[in-house]
Amino acid sequence: MAATALRGRLTWQLAELVEAVAETPRVKTIVFDVPGWPGHRAGQHVDVRLTAEDGYQAERSYSIASAPDGTRVALTVQRLDDGEVSPYLTDGLRPGDKIELRGPIGGYFVWEPSEGGPLMLVAGGSGIVPLMAMIRTRAAAGDDTETRLLYSSRSQDDVIYRDELERLSGNGLTVVHALTDSQPPGWTSYARRVDAEMLAEVAPSPG
Amino acid sequence: MAPIVSRGFRGRRPADVDPARIPPGQYVTADFPVLSAGPTPDTALELWDFSIVGELDEPRGWTWEEFRALPSQEITRDIHCVTKWSKLGTVWRGVSVDTLLEGIQTAARFVTQYSDGGYTTNLPLEDVTGGKAWVVYAYAGQPLEPEHGGPARMLVPQHYFWKSAKWVRGLRLQSTDQPGFWETNGYHNYGDPWQQQRYAGD
Repeated sequence: MAATALRGRLTWQLAELVEAVAETPRVKTIVFDVPGWPGHRAGQHVDVRLTAEDGYQAERSYSIASAPDGTRVALTVQRLDDGEVSPYLTDGLRPGDKIELRGPIGGYFVWEPSEGGPLMLVAGGSGIVPLMAMIRTRAAAGDDTETRLLYSSRSQDDVIYRDELERLSGNGLTVVHALTDSQPPGWTSYARRVDAEMLAEVAPSPG
Repeated sequence: MAPIVSRGFRGRRPADVDPARIPPGQYVTADFPVLSAGPTPDTALELWDFSIVGELDEPRGWTWEEFRALPSQEITRDIHCVTKWSKLGTVWRGVSVDTLLEGIQTAARFVTQYSDGGYTTNLPLEDVTGGKAWVVYAYAGQPLEPEHGGPARMLVPQHYFWKSAKWVRGLRLQSTDQPGFWETNGYHNYGDPWQQQRYAGD
């Protein structure tokens, strides 16, 4: 992996909220414009910093959800009701508000189309976010690398990016859902947590 | 850039925690999150050993039984993960690196911890000696769980916790600094939480 994932010092940058999209009842995608954003690779993350009026600061790390797209950076955040930062990001921010972030960070859990495949992606809940950046990057590049996504959610309503994943399926992308807690009538896919048998069934066969 | 105030953000400072114990940018958790770059190794204790290699006259090694017979200490420390969680007052049992290096003459100034699975992390030798680092095999009075680095991991609590290698199998004494796994993947070479040395360049 490239040691050049980070170029020089990562400085805090102003990020202005341009759009917020509800993904599920507890999850929102927040899209920022970050002037001077150097671009990123799918799988990288940012650090977010919030500052209260008395100077108190809180920092968290969030995966980038979007494929590289100029100065736009999308994060997908799950609200934890007793959380310190996530409720502010999902419910406190309004378009035009500014926060600070720095990134992109990380050079290990990344993928670019030039690296090829096949890809086996496994996620539970909001763990989908960095993998979605890979799926979106793949789609934006018109890449057809064989890709299997096994995605575990509690219920159908908790599936993040449900419509987009359906739309992007095909062209070598197969999406398999597991719903652990409740399933809609007529559900034919997995209805349990990810286990070894499921992985063996979904993964591309070796060779 | 001077920080900007986030409109309407107040934060939730825990009332029962001394803020002086929390490095900048960290939050306190009661959980014990599990993060690793690869699968959890499964080394049988009969095959486990711990070695001191590199710049010393004669490499040292201990089997599991020998290692467990070394003088051990109970260590209570706050730990700080670069992913921003801190856990206060964690209680460990293990062997001081001072004990492992006792009597060794070396010109080495750096040390690389190496682990099952190939993980490595580097520090100046002086940051693991003088009561600053341990090889621990128990957490909260119980044998260390594999997901937390068992059978034995490093504990170097003055640094971000990636500098405390899980599944550690030895220390390599070196005259030159050799950046380890995360240190070559964009993370800071030294990792002092109080200086917020998270990433290269911090």
